[in-house]
Amino acid sequence: MPALPGRGQKSAWNPSFWARFLACGAALVLAVPALNFWVPPDSPAALPDYLIPLLGKYLCYALLALSLDLIWGYAGILSLGHGAFFALGGYCMGMYLMRQIGTRGVYGNPLLPDFMVFLNWKELPWFWWGFDHFAYAAVMVVLVPGLLALVFGWLAFRSRVTGVYLSIITQAMTYALMLAFFRNDMGFGGNNGMTDYKDILGWDVHKPSTRLGLYSASVFALGLGYLCCRFISTSKLGLVLLALRDAESRVRFLGYSVINAKLFVFTVSAVLAGVGGALYVPQVGIINPSEFSPGNSIEIAIWVSVGGRGTLLGGIVGAILVNAAKTWLTGAAPETWLFVLGALFILTTLVFPRGIVGLMRRPSRIRVPAPTPVPAGEQA
Amino acid sequence: MKTAKQLTEALLYLNGVTVSFDGFKALNDLSLVVEEGELRTIIGPNGAGKTTMMDVVTGKTRPDSGEVFFRGTADLSRLDEAEIANLGIGRKFQRPTVFENLTVFENLELALADTRGTWIALFARLNLDRRDRIAPTLARIGLDKQSGQAAGSLSHGQKQWLEIGMLLIHDRTLLLIDEPVAGMTDRETEETAELILDLAKDRTIVVVEHDMAFVRSLGARVTVLHEGAVLAEGSIDHVQNHQRVIEVYLGR
Repeated sequence: MPALPGRGQKSAWNPSFWARFLACGAALVLAVPALNFWVPPDSPAALPDYLIPLLGKYLCYALLALSLDLIWGYAGILSLGHGAFFALGGYCMGMYLMRQIGTRGVYGNPLLPDFMVFLNWKELPWFWWGFDHFAYAAVMVVLVPGLLALVFGWLAFRSRVTGVYLSIITQAMTYALMLAFFRNDMGFGGNNGMTDYKDILGWDVHKPSTRLGLYSASVFALGLGYLCCRFISTSKLGLVLLALRDAESRVRFLGYSVINAKLFVFTVSAVLAGVGGALYVPQVGIINPSEFSPGNSIEIAIWVSVGGRGTLLGGIVGAILVNAAKTWLTGAAPETWLFVLGALFILTTLVFPRGIVGLMRRPSRIRVPAPTPVPAGEQA
Repeated sequence: MKTAKQLTEALLYLNGVTVSFDGFKALNDLSLVVEEGELRTIIGPNGAGKTTMMDVVTGKTRPDSGEVFFRGTADLSRLDEAEIANLGIGRKFQRPTVFENLTVFENLELALADTRGTWIALFARLNLDRRDRIAPTLARIGLDKQSGQAAGSLSHGQKQWLEIGMLLIHDRTLLLIDEPVAGMTDRETEETAELILDLAKDRTIVVVEHDMAFVRSLGARVTVLHEGAVLAEGSIDHVQNHQRVIEVYLGR
């Protein structure tokens, strides 16, 4: 039988994909240490030590943007609270790092972190139990954002909250969490958050070799996250997600459970965001409630749209480029950054709605939603 | 989800169904029985409750009172849209609703009667067996050449056929088809009538339509709805000569 045009002619997992994927991964893992270690420091190609955690930070943002692209670009769920999942993953890691300080804190208290001594806490609250162990903290990094997404998503999707209403309640969620984490009584360091980390898994977090290790871990996490998102988007479930972005009620009449599909992908996305946050915290050295601020979450959507939504790669490219521009510009001309960011968003929406990656791909390979996403069939 | 006793032999059984929206009774004590293997056409003026009736059967709208049973056992007033679809009830909307950003092929792939679960769908990849099942349907709805095109780029009539194709490939027992020829050319209307008659050979179909010539060409039993209840039922000649039907609907 002649090959039918349409999907599935060429596997998404063909050798050429793997070659490109592994080449990018190898370049990221090998080039950075090579430029840092072997190139003489006075050479223009040399990579100074301080840039390594910065690059690691961009990769964590890239994982966060990837997680948003999975739900926004494919399922049409625009979460404007994704920074919350990132921050929760970060807090779990922060708690582990605080416990590693031990008696080396300012107060030298063997039982309590510094901020608890300062606030006159007498004993360690129950939710801090277990965070001495890396494995426990690692499980929490996945579990806490995942469970929040599961419960929040179940409530929202069961009530069929979609579109802009969903965006608004996700904003409210991250704002509420920010206010909660600002409170000293919560037991997460209040306004100041958690900082002054010493070790991770026994290695000094300030040493260049540890930072290279964290950077490499970020590359691996991003690579795994990308494979995971690609697996979902190229499956039949990926097709269901695209379909429900276009005409949600029609998907129900075809016999698919819209709530299960959305809940699954929303939870996976929150877990990826949480992992990004957990790798971010040891590299920037602090976690505080400002990570929950609604503006942060909106910025993620800008990274994704600049990079090109519904492409997976776009989230990664957008996050790295926009943040590199931010680092440079907030140094060179800090007062202009917000204007540039706003202009970038408007420009993307008006001039190249498919984003950077969308511009480079053949139109047939992109899944850009119709300009006005009025769900057909909702009115039928 | 099933009651112990089978209430009726009929495939679709509506008894005393009432639905009101803000005091307006869209369905008013409607009773309707469709037997297995039947082709039934439903006509009636605008606001007679035709679309609401379909909403009730497919789970989009919950009835305020009354019974809705499929195969005499499944209480449709308690199930949601996806559960009802999986019982084998398919629906074609008044406006063609296909997934515009997916290709014709992908639209059919989604409609294939397997892998409905979220977990199963996650691990489902297109295999040759499924491809073989999509090809005959493409041919039957005459869209084999458009297989790789985005569904959004099809003509209005082609979208209607694609939607019918999606119902076909799912192997539904009961198809509810809402105004299939609205906006079609005469030629497309004829072809659609042929397609529906062909489909009716091995499944039960309920068609809602305004176009009397089309209804006549189907030659099926006709139910006339008016103000949310059945006004008349019988052959096309019977209802066309029915005094009340002429007054409220045909005679305008």
